[in-house]
Amino acid sequence: MELVQPGIGLMFYMLLTFSLLLFILGKFAWKPIMASLKEREQTISTSLAIAKQTQEEMKRLQADNQNLLKEAKNERDMIIRDANKMKESIVNEARNKAQSEADKIVEAARENIQNEKMAAIIDLKNQVADFSIEVAEKILKRELADKESQKNLMKEDLKSINFN
Amino acid sequence: MNNNITASLSKYLLIFIGIIALTFSTLTISANENMPEQKKEFDAGEMIFEHVLDAHDWHIISIGEHHIAIPLPIIIFDKDERVIHVFSSSRLAHEANYLGYKLPAEGEFKGKLIKESAGNSDSIIDFSITKTVFSIMFSAFLLILIFVSIAQSYKKRKDQAPKGLQSMLEPLILFIRDDVAKSAIGSKEYMRFMPFLLTVFFFIFLNNLMGIIPIFPGGSNVTGNIGITMVLAVFTFVITSFNGSKSYWTHMINMPGVPWWLKFPIPLMPIVEIMGVFTKPFVLMVRLFANMLAGHIVVLGFMSMIFIFGAINEYMGLGVSVVSVAFSVFLSLLELLVAFIQAYVFTLLSSIYIGMALEKHH
Repeated sequence: MELVQPGIGLMFYMLLTFSLLLFILGKFAWKPIMASLKEREQTISTSLAIAKQTQEEMKRLQADNQNLLKEAKNERDMIIRDANKMKESIVNEARNKAQSEADKIVEAARENIQNEKMAAIIDLKNQVADFSIEVAEKILKRELADKESQKNLMKEDLKSINFN
Repeated sequence: MNNNITASLSKYLLIFIGIIALTFSTLTISANENMPEQKKEFDAGEMIFEHVLDAHDWHIISIGEHHIAIPLPIIIFDKDERVIHVFSSSRLAHEANYLGYKLPAEGEFKGKLIKESAGNSDSIIDFSITKTVFSIMFSAFLLILIFVSIAQSYKKRKDQAPKGLQSMLEPLILFIRDDVAKSAIGSKEYMRFMPFLLTVFFFIFLNNLMGIIPIFPGGSNVTGNIGITMVLAVFTFVITSFNGSKSYWTHMINMPGVPWWLKFPIPLMPIVEIMGVFTKPFVLMVRLFANMLAGHIVVLGFMSMIFIFGAINEYMGLGVSVVSVAFSVFLSLLELLVAFIQAYVFTLLSSIYIGMALEKHH
């Protein structure tokens, strides 16, 4: 029976001890513990949120970088293509110019040659005329000496002269 | 679910106790018949009760007739003389009379302080620091030491991972906060009751664990003492009643949605509801008390079996000791589990009752 008969003294001390325990722990243990637990949880959750945000930012930055890189590549390609084109056009132009210059030179040379040729022909003609005159003079001199021989010489001379 | 576990657990323990009690009664009888010349027969019941009941001194060991015990202060308030006497319990050892007070070793007032002239304890109030009182003070001291130091480390290691003792107890604190208080009381108001729930949980848990340790400063049957569980239950009762919402009380007096003839002329429902207010803490008190007491009794019962069989035959006692020790170890392990479960159940039910009282019905 004593098992289920609580002692008054024990209950009094229990009430006192437990109330004091509740007060002391409540003030000096549970309050700071619960507060720091809550604070830590908040810190963790905000840190996680920030981490997530940063990750997204990083992702966006990475995408931006990718885009920039792509653009830069495109630009480079374009520049190279333009340069190639320009080079080709320059080369072509140069070639054409050179060609036309060469043509011009050749043309000029040909004209020159023609002119020289004509001059030479004229010169030749003049010389031939001089020669003819000289011959005619010589013939005339010989004719004057010996009529018969002068005649023959004239004939021979005329044969040897070729008009080209 | 946990309720079911503990309920079935206590059922099994009761069956256990029954079987063991039966065995003891028959065995003591046969021991008496066979060994009439034994100088002092072993009484299992007496031994068990000496261990589970409160005492005025802290008995450690008896070698032969020599008892080694830690004396505790005796404080008596004498109603007739209107004085308070304080003295050591060693003055009352061996039924000695001191200032007219006595601690009888036998009879109706065994283990209780009496006034020798009156022959009873009617005119005195015993405010002694008994074994149980000393135990609760000691565990309260331990709890303060542990949790104030943890609170310090929480302040010191702000926003850092817990360390050492802090990391060992933090899961329990979080468990009580999230799975007990928050879910039973509600996330809005649970914070107000956290100090009580945490204190109750760790007080019961620590005392349950100390009860498993067989030697000083453990081994006192604190949570298996009805005075202790009664005070704890009263705390829950007071908190529940003082925090009862308007609808909690109106539901009790005039339960809506119930046929009128259940309330008038005989107020059946109100009676049942008001009884419920008292049965709730009563159940809290009895559950913790009975579970912890049963655990202690069963372990002591197994220990007693060694001496009962030893009284019949020494070798039989030796043989039985193997089984007894094995079972005691097993039961002590079970008690470790029960220590936690009972602390948890008390806290959970307290918070459920608080949650019910706070609930605002539509």
